[in-house]
Amino acid sequence: MSATAIPNSRRPRGPVPNALTSAQLPRFVELYTLLAALAVSAAVLAMIGFNIVGWLVLTAVIYLVGLGILSSVVENRRKATDRVIRGVVTIAFLLALIPLVSTLVTVIAGGAPALTWDFITKTGGSVFNPQTLKVTVVQGAWQAIVGTLIVTGIAAVISIPIGILAAIYLVEYAQPTQWMARTVTFLVDVMTGIPSIVAGLFAFSLFTLIVGPKAFSGFSASVALSVLMIPIVIRSTEEMLKLVSNDLREASFALGVTKFSTIVRIVLPTAIAGIITGVMLAISRVIGETAPIFIAASFTDNFNANPFSGAMQTLPVMAYSGYKFPSQDIAASYQSAWGAALLLVILVVILNLIARIVARVFAPKGLR
Amino acid sequence: MSKRINVNDLDVYYSDFLAVEGVNMTIEPRTVTAFIGPSGCGKSTFLRTLNRMHEVIPGAHVDGEVYIDGDNLYAPGVDPVSVRRQVGMVFQRANPFPTMSIRDNVLAGVRLNSKRMSKSDADDLVETSLKGANLWNEVKDRLHLPGSGLSGGQQQRLCIARAIAVAPDILLMDEPCSALDPISTLAIEDLIEELKREYTIVIVTHNMQQATRVSDKTAFFNIAGTGKPGKLIEYDDTATIFTKPSVQATEDYVSGRFG
Amino acid sequence: MKSLQDDRVGTGSSQRPGSPNKGAGTARVKARPADRIFRFLSTGSAGLIMVILAGVALFLIIKAGPAIVANWSTTTDLSGGTTHGFSSFWAYVGPLIWGTLFSALIALVLGAPVAIGIALFISHYAPRRLAGVLGYLVDLLAAVPSVVFGLWGIFVIRPFLIPFQDWLNQYLGWIPLFSGPVSRTGSTMLAGGVVLAVMILPIITSISREIFLQTPRLHEEAALALGSTKWEMVKLAVFPYARSGIVSATLLGLGRALGETMAIALIMSPSLVFSVQMITDTRNSQTIAANIALNFPESNDLQRDGLIATGLALFVISFGVNFIARLVIARTGGPRRAKKSARLTPASDATSLLTADAAESPVSIRSEQAARDAEAGDERTELAAEQNEDR
Repeated sequence: MSATAIPNSRRPRGPVPNALTSAQLPRFVELYTLLAALAVSAAVLAMIGFNIVGWLVLTAVIYLVGLGILSSVVENRRKATDRVIRGVVTIAFLLALIPLVSTLVTVIAGGAPALTWDFITKTGGSVFNPQTLKVTVVQGAWQAIVGTLIVTGIAAVISIPIGILAAIYLVEYAQPTQWMARTVTFLVDVMTGIPSIVAGLFAFSLFTLIVGPKAFSGFSASVALSVLMIPIVIRSTEEMLKLVSNDLREASFALGVTKFSTIVRIVLPTAIAGIITGVMLAISRVIGETAPIFIAASFTDNFNANPFSGAMQTLPVMAYSGYKFPSQDIAASYQSAWGAALLLVILVVILNLIARIVARVFAPKGLR
Repeated sequence: MSKRINVNDLDVYYSDFLAVEGVNMTIEPRTVTAFIGPSGCGKSTFLRTLNRMHEVIPGAHVDGEVYIDGDNLYAPGVDPVSVRRQVGMVFQRANPFPTMSIRDNVLAGVRLNSKRMSKSDADDLVETSLKGANLWNEVKDRLHLPGSGLSGGQQQRLCIARAIAVAPDILLMDEPCSALDPISTLAIEDLIEELKREYTIVIVTHNMQQATRVSDKTAFFNIAGTGKPGKLIEYDDTATIFTKPSVQATEDYVSGRFG
Repeated sequence: MKSLQDDRVGTGSSQRPGSPNKGAGTARVKARPADRIFRFLSTGSAGLIMVILAGVALFLIIKAGPAIVANWSTTTDLSGGTTHGFSSFWAYVGPLIWGTLFSALIALVLGAPVAIGIALFISHYAPRRLAGVLGYLVDLLAAVPSVVFGLWGIFVIRPFLIPFQDWLNQYLGWIPLFSGPVSRTGSTMLAGGVVLAVMILPIITSISREIFLQTPRLHEEAALALGSTKWEMVKLAVFPYARSGIVSATLLGLGRALGETMAIALIMSPSLVFSVQMITDTRNSQTIAANIALNFPESNDLQRDGLIATGLALFVISFGVNFIARLVIARTGGPRRAKKSARLTPASDATSLLTADAAESPVSIRSEQAARDAEAGDERTELAAEQNEDR
């Protein structure tokens, strides 16, 4: 906006001969070039066979080349480079929107037919009918919804206190130079980088060594998710605590308030919106994890609400296993996979929305 | 090289907020003009409108005309980029590019335009610019070291060298000495005295002694209160402003009775 | 901090000698144990982090041990099924490591330039008012569960790439990467790489965007005042400042791509081979994570131990990549950046940006807030600058 918008702000007087004026392309040249590029590439493709992808790609190329040539002829090489780069980064951004939109459209298109009230409230699975010797697939995700909520809920209950307390240690108690603070900071970095499937393997190893072989359980999956969630909670809480101005703490100490009260009454309330947001986003992050739950809780069609024994189904694993290990009725399995995927996306979107609403509504004035 | 600036009924806005109102002034070539006034009166803002640097601030726009030797900065079709090549600017805090050597810093602006420059031409330009900024003798042995290793005053002179390397007609200085110690300040003031021979210089300063030391003319800006626009109150020879100003507010300010 | 707290007892009352000081004594007695317990709890939680990580390493090693030391061709449990035909663990994990690195590299080559372009668009080209929203859109990509990306890859990317792969093979088939026979199903390394690239976009984008936004205003203005165009300003002021940040953002993206399971497991038809071919059905090098996910349910105990051992290898590799990424920031970025945080808004230190790896969204929300701040604040920037002049 800085370059082109201002000179055009109402200036009725005609240009007197002006040494500062250099030839300039008209204001909406980008738009014109874009329209021209769309038209030209459509025309070209009309001759060799039209398809939408080719049209967009060709348009982008023609747009960049056209604008570059136009600008270097009328203006100069530097401006041409500037305009072309502007086009390139804009295209990069639009490029990123394609998978976003495409994923959402695909999931909704695939999942919407499966998403009925029965699908949400019934336990699904294959039913073997001894009379007809046929396997029929019952569409239902209730067992997976319950499983997801239990597994993620336990993971949250484990991770949130540990994460927030560890962040408080790092920000409020530890000196940055202390060995423990440095080690913990480093280890949190390491934990952040743990591949999710490794977390699943850890939980599996832990429980097979303690409980014995075939130790699949919802709790085991929660442990795996906690390994992934704790560092996220620590990091976001740490960030938020660091944003709390030191003046506030000093003001509180100067009034003779203890460290504990300062943290609980002053620091945490100031940062609480950010902390809750971070926690919600951490939950939405792990709720979609597939690999660790798959390894630690395995998958099943049975309804199991006991996290401490037996395999437990969850939505992401249902989406994965429905596609990768389908039952005899492949179409039905695919459909329930899509239904599970859509439910999962809806859950994640809700969590994200809550996070953003919390951030917006409860943010203290100082941080907004 | 040096050019005259005519400002014609200029208003500066931040979005809808009128920050500076109705400025008219003529700045003669080969002079130093100082802008003084209390904080927040819009003198830095106004200075920026002289090379359209205010456009960097979102929402800022102007109404009115600024002529540089008869060419209106705000005429349609004027490219802010070419304006800034003719009107150089030095900022409050020295800002050499940290990743570049001293030499590259001086050449940074020139390299934008000319695709290639022979090494000897570049060497000459570096030498003249640094000499022009009174820095050559201090840095000639370490041209390839990063500019951020210099002292504050040297960095500021490096920025001046960088600004004059592109051969502008006018140099704007936005409180160039406010972050410097007295000795570095003196060096910059001496430099301004020399640069005056070739450039039109406009300097914003809070230091009234500095204004009397370096400037030929002084413009006093004031603000009626918070939320009100800043205005040019008085513009005259520096000696007049500081000895017998015609407006009471000016006298109050220069004599320290202000606020 | 600690000394502050200890001093409090001594100075608390002396600081306000005139005040009646009522109830202070009892309050202190009550507060002390709470203080101590709280301190113990938070320190304990921090200590727990060490225990957990030690546990992760320990249990993986214990479980992986038997498979690593076993002779795979003579042990019955390992000589059949999915682990058939490997003389030892190392022969098994070799191709998997290669596949992991290769797929992550493809993702990086495809994704990193786009991600950096997006970051630049959001930080410097998009209209300021929109920047926050646009950043959020990109962050939404991070919120999409990986299994959803996997399904999307199967049903959208695979068929989409088939004609493109034919074209690649026809014209560039002489390059080993694109040599045939071309896949008819689309379950190729390239398809997996494209989906991985999409999945690492948000991480690289959010970290680079944060760093681009932190470029000192002074340097940007210096470039503009010299008469540079926007792109020249970016080259002069933004990129040099952000270089190490971009490098480590890219490395963290690489780390993410290395550990990603579902995209590859769902999309690619794998083989345990050393192959650089990207568009075939039969010569796609399998990755560690996908291999575990695919074979884990059907494996016997010792084979599972073998898979856990490959997981250990993955842990070590991604640890290495993440470690280097943080080293880059710490060595080149941290101290230099801290010294010259000339921006008017308080810039968080560079290392904390790396949290974006795990929690890009909170950071982005914060940056959005910062953008909003900047929007309001910038209007007064100069006025503020004028007021600050004597500092």
